[in-house]
Amino acid sequence: MKSNSIWLLALIASLLLVLHAGCTRDHGEVAIGSKKFTEGILLGEVLTGLVADAGIPVQHRRALGGTRLLYNALVSGEIDAYVEYSGTLLHEVLADADLDVGFESGTGSGTGSGPGPGPGFEPRSEPGSGLSPRRQTATTRERLAARLAEDGIRLGGAIGFDNNYALGMPKPRANQLGLTRISDLLAHPGLRLRFGNEFMDRADGWPGLRDFYGLPQRDVRGVEHELAYRALASNGADLTELYTTDPEIAYYDLRTLDDDRGFFRRYEALLLYRADLEQRLPATVTALKQSIDLIDAPRMIAMNAAVQIDGRSEADVAAELLRTELGIDRVVKSDGLLVRLLRYTWEHAVLVGISLTAAVLVAVPLGIVAAHRRGLGQVVLGAVGVAQTIPALALLVFMIPFFGIGAGPALAALFLYSLLPIVRNTHAGITGISATLRESAEALGLPPGARLRRIELPLAMPMVLAGIKTAAVINVGAATLGALIGAGGYGQPILAGIRLDDTALILEGAVPAALFALAASWLFERAERAVVPRGIRPSV
Amino acid sequence: MFQLDQVTKHYGATTALDAVSLAIQPGSTTALIGPSGCGKSTLLRMLIGLIEPDTGSLLFDGQSLTPASIRAQRRRMGYVIQQGGLFPHMTAQENVTLMASQVGWSPERINPRLAELAELTHFPLDGLKRYPLELSGGQNQRVSLMRALMLDPEVLLLDEPLGALDPMIRFELQEDLKQVFAALGKTVIIVTHDLAEAGFLAQCILLMRAGRLVQVGSLQDMVSAPAEPFVKQFVRAQRSHLDSLGDSPSLGAFHEV
Repeated sequence: MKSNSIWLLALIASLLLVLHAGCTRDHGEVAIGSKKFTEGILLGEVLTGLVADAGIPVQHRRALGGTRLLYNALVSGEIDAYVEYSGTLLHEVLADADLDVGFESGTGSGTGSGPGPGPGFEPRSEPGSGLSPRRQTATTRERLAARLAEDGIRLGGAIGFDNNYALGMPKPRANQLGLTRISDLLAHPGLRLRFGNEFMDRADGWPGLRDFYGLPQRDVRGVEHELAYRALASNGADLTELYTTDPEIAYYDLRTLDDDRGFFRRYEALLLYRADLEQRLPATVTALKQSIDLIDAPRMIAMNAAVQIDGRSEADVAAELLRTELGIDRVVKSDGLLVRLLRYTWEHAVLVGISLTAAVLVAVPLGIVAAHRRGLGQVVLGAVGVAQTIPALALLVFMIPFFGIGAGPALAALFLYSLLPIVRNTHAGITGISATLRESAEALGLPPGARLRRIELPLAMPMVLAGIKTAAVINVGAATLGALIGAGGYGQPILAGIRLDDTALILEGAVPAALFALAASWLFERAERAVVPRGIRPSV
Repeated sequence: MFQLDQVTKHYGATTALDAVSLAIQPGSTTALIGPSGCGKSTLLRMLIGLIEPDTGSLLFDGQSLTPASIRAQRRRMGYVIQQGGLFPHMTAQENVTLMASQVGWSPERINPRLAELAELTHFPLDGLKRYPLELSGGQNQRVSLMRALMLDPEVLLLDEPLGALDPMIRFELQEDLKQVFAALGKTVIIVTHDLAEAGFLAQCILLMRAGRLVQVGSLQDMVSAPAEPFVKQFVRAQRSHLDSLGDSPSLGAFHEV
């Protein structure tokens, strides 16, 4: 038994090593990050195109997640550059540093709604008493740059547009009520307000706005940002918050209410890159700086519209910009459906395969130990039970400090998720063996090791396999969330489909994921037939 | 073979064995009998070391059963449980030869022994490849007996081996068991609740009640010289109703069924 457990430990260790190696990247390559919303991805594609044009190997780690994730990835060197918004930097990322006395909110963490590190994850700014609006000044930018430098980050410059918060409602409704300014809302307490979940929670969102203007509305609820637009269109809501570069403002014919008392702040798109790039790959910096003043607000809205409304790919739209503005000709290779599916399937299979294998190697011995030592068993079952209760998203995010972004944290989270069904079934399978059989084995004079190997494990095998099967099915489903942190897999088209309101794209991930789960289930049923002797098969 | 001195065992407030002292001679066949809960199974399981005495001493072949020695000692005993205790994931053959392969017997040694046992217990050879679920109750008990005998132990312990069988098969197996016991000449201890079976299979009967040995002797002794009123009651309760149909209340009636 002793040599067995050493062997097992060695295996787990090597697995973790492989896993770790899988997440580190080649140091000659530049990595561009992007947030998980259309504008973020577009800007990521632009930066990637600029670097690629300079002949430097570059990788776009697209749609990684929210602000904190991206910023931490930049600080830790997992990505080299991305575009962030000034308001977000001031009040979300660097909230501790008193850089701007005023009060700003951030759109930078993207739509903030839907899956992904949600509002609870972002540190909130203090509502404070000094809510007097104040415009961002050059001095503020300088102080921001100084603060970023402490983290080894350079502020390269402004891309050329702002993406600010605003309130909007359908024009016919606004006309009917005679609304043009936020102050006008005071006279209409019965309006139905639907905000993105992040805006609902942040002190610089609805709570701050409400207190600042003294808004009286009571029917206020948090929804997905994209769904809020659809609710407006179908007359299910009266008012939502907007990001000023959202193409939906034009598409749904919304009126932007004038922020007459100046509550909302500026969110300038800023290029951030790692300071060490200047020594490591100075040509990259030159290439990246071509993005400064490259895109104005109308242009950004048009680009967002090309993706969100016309359904073009981000890479394609970004390439068009680079071609018309800078004369950069970059061939956009877009993979066919089959190639994409194969890639998603491969990524998904790697996520599920590695995490499930590791879980089996750890959970079966844990289950055996739990079955044989009652006290310890309770502790083990309790611990894996607790791991199971952590929401998948939170678990993914908790893993980031240990494994960075990408497949690492996803594998770790999936591994933890797969433990419970296997441990519990192994435990139940062994403790469920009848007293008569236990006594038989003991009375025969079988040593404990042989009892485990020849009697207990084979008898528990159907239960263990059922546990592994359950774990596999859960795992296949949970692995789709891995796309939130850059792990790829079927979650990628699903998330993109949700973002773009593209059902076909959602199905491109959802259908194969369901088939994959069925296939895994079928595989384990076949395995059961092969491994479990006729004498204890359920069908007998 | 076994020497018990003032052995006592409690389960909570219940006394399963109450100062039991007895000696079992090598080569003898002994039946442990008594009403349910009298401690007969407890005593048998104590002999193979599944239960330890609270107080008193138990010697097997002059040695006590210790954790260090118990496995070796168990290989000198064969044990048959009521329901057979066969492992459902193994074929009959795998069940029988499990310990032999565990202790490293070669197939050249295992196979003849298996054939020998199948003949001894009247078990059909084609049944050896079947799983317990695919065999009848009586066949399962034969497999269980073969498994107990595989390593040619000195002692054979049987815990109500025929308890769950229907009367016809039970009768057939009683005959076979008697032949096996006679042919092997081992020390046999069998637990049963059937006095007729006890008298048929064993020379010596230990009648127990509430953890105590009430009477030790032959079936004849129990009938003709009951040690206490309980023995008389027990014997009367065990008489078949068939007896009242015939004129003869003789003991022979027990085995004419």
